[in-house]
Amino acid sequence: MKKLINDPANVLSESLLGVDAAHPELRVDHEHKVIFRGDAPRPGKVGLVSGGGSGHEPLHGGFVGHGMLDAAACGEVFTSPVPDQITAATNGVDGGAGVLHIVKNYTGDVMNFEMAAEMAGATGGAEVVAVVTDDDVAVQDSLYTVGRRGVGVTVLVEKIAGAAAEAERSLSDVAAVARRVNAAGRSMGLALTSCTVPAAGKPTFDLPDDQIEVGIGIHGEPGRTRVPLAPAAEMARMLVDPILDDLEFSGDGVLAFVNGMGGTPLIELYLMYHEVDRLLAKAGVTVTRSLVGSYITSLDMAGCSVTLLKLDDEMLRLWDAPVRTPALRWGL
Amino acid sequence: MVDAEAIRSWLSLFAAEVARNRDLLTRLDAAIGDADHGANLDRGTSAAVSALAGDAALSPRTLLKTMGMTLVSSVGGASGPLYGSLFLRMAGSAGGADSLDAPAFAAALRAGLDGVVARGRAQAGDKTMYDALSPACDALDHAVAAGNDLGHALSLATAAADAGRNATIPMLARKGRASYLGERSVGHQDPGATSVALLISTAARALSGDVSQ
Repeated sequence: MKKLINDPANVLSESLLGVDAAHPELRVDHEHKVIFRGDAPRPGKVGLVSGGGSGHEPLHGGFVGHGMLDAAACGEVFTSPVPDQITAATNGVDGGAGVLHIVKNYTGDVMNFEMAAEMAGATGGAEVVAVVTDDDVAVQDSLYTVGRRGVGVTVLVEKIAGAAAEAERSLSDVAAVARRVNAAGRSMGLALTSCTVPAAGKPTFDLPDDQIEVGIGIHGEPGRTRVPLAPAAEMARMLVDPILDDLEFSGDGVLAFVNGMGGTPLIELYLMYHEVDRLLAKAGVTVTRSLVGSYITSLDMAGCSVTLLKLDDEMLRLWDAPVRTPALRWGL
Repeated sequence: MVDAEAIRSWLSLFAAEVARNRDLLTRLDAAIGDADHGANLDRGTSAAVSALAGDAALSPRTLLKTMGMTLVSSVGGASGPLYGSLFLRMAGSAGGADSLDAPAFAAALRAGLDGVVARGRAQAGDKTMYDALSPACDALDHAVAAGNDLGHALSLATAAADAGRNATIPMLARKGRASYLGERSVGHQDPGATSVALLISTAARALSGDVSQ
């Protein structure tokens, strides 16, 4: 394992020291490993809290700031934060208008956020509403499973719900916007390589040089199928086709998001964006907004995911609203 | 009888076995999950052992509660809430008693299983910790009802937990991250069922000596 680390056990705490030093506009609670907006809590504004395992940066800590999250609870690498951390984040952003939890649909995340919300309820703390993201079409949804994973659409939910909260909309309103975004978005990803969890010290799975994993999540869990490496045009089809098969995207304008998994350079992501754009044009899908870059990653994994979001007028307006965070910044 | 000292030695032994099997648990998790079960559980049980060492409490309930609270606040992932709920429910079942006889210990473990189900909503055959814990509770209840001492009953529960753990290998995962693999989860032993088998076997080792009718 070659990594820019001192000790595998201290990767998260030492990285948070760097976040703190680099971003004076944020406040870091090192004891609870929570990144706050410097001006949290803001009276009268719904507080937005997300969080999850670390290793997906910039998600979630990089999206804390004006127009997006108020706090991010940072779990160990690929491990949900514990209820104490989520409670600290929730209390720290409670400006009296309630708190929205944005939770990716993973068993551990859902359980820990549930426990934190139960504690808030039991101790007369903030009113908490949770929205769970589950946009990954690689996972077959059924009554008998845990449902789809929350992946790329989580970034879009945080941005769009964040803009609604910044406009001082009510908790139920902000939650409804978040749920609408989740319902209108779908994602699919592939990996060219595994990732290496610092504490494990070696790649999570073996992937020969001439093979790719299709339908991966964001924790190095293997995908659904392994196929031979193919040209980018074909790999784009492997991602776009299952998304278009899952939801009707023609008609409304669409936000197309090509996301890097952490170990893939932007030059390849733009090349992929071109392939995705061509496929969408051929399918009669109108792209009105785009996002290209590594925003929800899986440590050093090479590969990418594609997320499509059907934008209605309100979502479009909220997407365009000003945002100022370490990783997304426009209009301010 | 299972008194506070017996509970303390069980939990210390469990922590030691988790540490010894840390890499195995992580390797099993890498195959069908996210390669962190060993590291996370080891972090939690180590923290719990430190917390228990500083806890002069003399009842099983307070020790089990400290164990549960420490795991909830230090493990993370799904294992934290699940193992935490197991021990917190055991603490509740133990009540204020200074020590637990065999039926009371079996009832406490059964309450722990109910806590796991309430939190994780797992059922038999989902390929989770339930598949080792549930047969262990059944075997324990049965053996205790038949009049066996706790030591012998726990050795039967250990055999049941081990068999339940092994039975997860051919199962198709329906809960947790392994469920995302669909058919590819078949052929791998569940890491949660594996750590539960350690929990039961360490109970058999730690509690048998303390329980001679």
